[in-house]
Amino acid sequence: MSRLTEQFKRSFVIAEKNIKIYYSKGPVLIFGLVFPLFLALAYIIGRNIPLREVLPGLIGMTTFFTATSVGPSIVPWETRSKTLERLLCCPVALWTIIVGDMLSSFLFGLIISIIPLALTLVLAIEPLNFVVLLFGLIVANLCFAALSVLLSAYPPTDIPATSMMLSSLVKFPLVFISGVFIPVDQLPPWGTIIASISPLTYFTDMVRQLFLGRGFYPLALDFMAVIAFAVAFAFAAIKLHEETLAKRLS
Amino acid sequence: MENAIAVKDLTKHFEDVTAVDHVSFKVKRGEIFGFLGPNGAGKTTTIRILTGLLRPDEGEAFVAGFDVLKNPVEAKQRIGVVPEVSNAYVDLSAWDNLVLIGRLYGVPTQRLRENATRLLKEFGLYEVRDKLVRAFSKGMKQRLLLCMALVNDPEVLFLDEPTSGLDVESARLLREKINEYNRDGKTVFLSTHNMDEANQLCHRIAIINHGRIAAIDTPENLRAESMELQYIEVAFSKPVNQQGLLENPNITRAVTAGNKMRIYTAQPSEVIEFLVEFAKRKHLKILSLNTMMPSLEDVFLKLIKGKEAAKQ
Repeated sequence: MSRLTEQFKRSFVIAEKNIKIYYSKGPVLIFGLVFPLFLALAYIIGRNIPLREVLPGLIGMTTFFTATSVGPSIVPWETRSKTLERLLCCPVALWTIIVGDMLSSFLFGLIISIIPLALTLVLAIEPLNFVVLLFGLIVANLCFAALSVLLSAYPPTDIPATSMMLSSLVKFPLVFISGVFIPVDQLPPWGTIIASISPLTYFTDMVRQLFLGRGFYPLALDFMAVIAFAVAFAFAAIKLHEETLAKRLS
Repeated sequence: MENAIAVKDLTKHFEDVTAVDHVSFKVKRGEIFGFLGPNGAGKTTTIRILTGLLRPDEGEAFVAGFDVLKNPVEAKQRIGVVPEVSNAYVDLSAWDNLVLIGRLYGVPTQRLRENATRLLKEFGLYEVRDKLVRAFSKGMKQRLLLCMALVNDPEVLFLDEPTSGLDVESARLLREKINEYNRDGKTVFLSTHNMDEANQLCHRIAIINHGRIAAIDTPENLRAESMELQYIEVAFSKPVNQQGLLENPNITRAVTAGNKMRIYTAQPSEVIEFLVEFAKRKHLKILSLNTMMPSLEDVFLKLIKGKEAAKQ
């Protein structure tokens, strides 16, 4: 047990290093800040909808983009600069490094996604349950951070731009099928089926329930789905990175 | 635990290429063990297996008493590594790099600060400790890598071509530090293709080629095993026809090198007597005469070429 605790501690050390190095990298700022900001402005401006109605989609989208902006680039960057090799020479397991990458991605997403949440308080648009919403935000950021690190596993490239581009190919379609722009209950039957495979659907639905009091799925199901996706993504990320590590180091 | 490293039948394939082919050796505690071989011989692959970066296809490896395959984290906890390619974080300062590595080894904060300060001072990097590594020269980066490898006070230090491409001053400093570290009883595994470096630093040397160990011994014994490679370097007052020298059956080869001649022989004392007679007969003066032991480079080339000839 103490070995496990020690490895988790080292995951936090890796996360701290990632924060120092990667939060200020250009692609992270573009995909994690500039892009969601402009997407949010495009989403809000010119739409004659009350802000409370817009908020679920807005929070869902910004959380998704920010929490997935750091993860795809870390491993390719570290592969290229050979620092991944440096880390692996240290007494850390590969999963320790992957968890560290997830943590840094998670924290970036959490910090940025607090902004729209704070905005709701400033504008006196209070959610039905602030604590539950905060908890939802935490699990969603964990889920999206795990997804982002999973997206960096294959192909085992050492070019961050390639990983970023490929992750965008997954992220954009997910935004469009996840009830961000059109709530799930307004989608055609085939649309709801497709939406159900996206973790973002459940988070957007969760936020919609907590602001508007109505959603497509029960709130508990939304939480369970996001947690299940988080566990599945984290597990898959570790396994896939283990599979591709030899190629990465060759 | 007598052996710091014990390797048995280590084998690693990369698709059709066998990078390491049933390699076995032991490194005693407190020894500087050289791993010598041409490029692509399997040196780096062996180090990568021993430092837990690669899994071998066959064989076993123990480092500091721990099975690298079964307990990689335990084994890595006791080692320091200077890799072939500089891989400090260039976006972090020298200090932050040391602290990062120290924390990943679980070094307690106070001890880590003391170790980092001491190492940076010893390696002449203390004044630039807050500068980003991006601005460092190659020599400074290499010195920092050695600091990073030593920050956890490891039992075994792995060095993969540590002085490759360094200026003379940095290379000498690194060699001095490796010696100092070894004097404290620590084990060093040094991969290099620099013969002089191996000769100066190593207690024993393994010569590897095409993934196989060609020889393991002390530098002196390796040279002694190749006595046919020793030669007499002689300078006569006038140019000499080589054919006249080769009449002596003890002389295997004679080569002109500038104004001197290199006369290869396994019986130097008999050949010296012959040379003196030869000079008298031909009315020549001997300007200089030296008996030269085979260099490690000669031994290395002999072993490598010998294996290749045997293969063909």
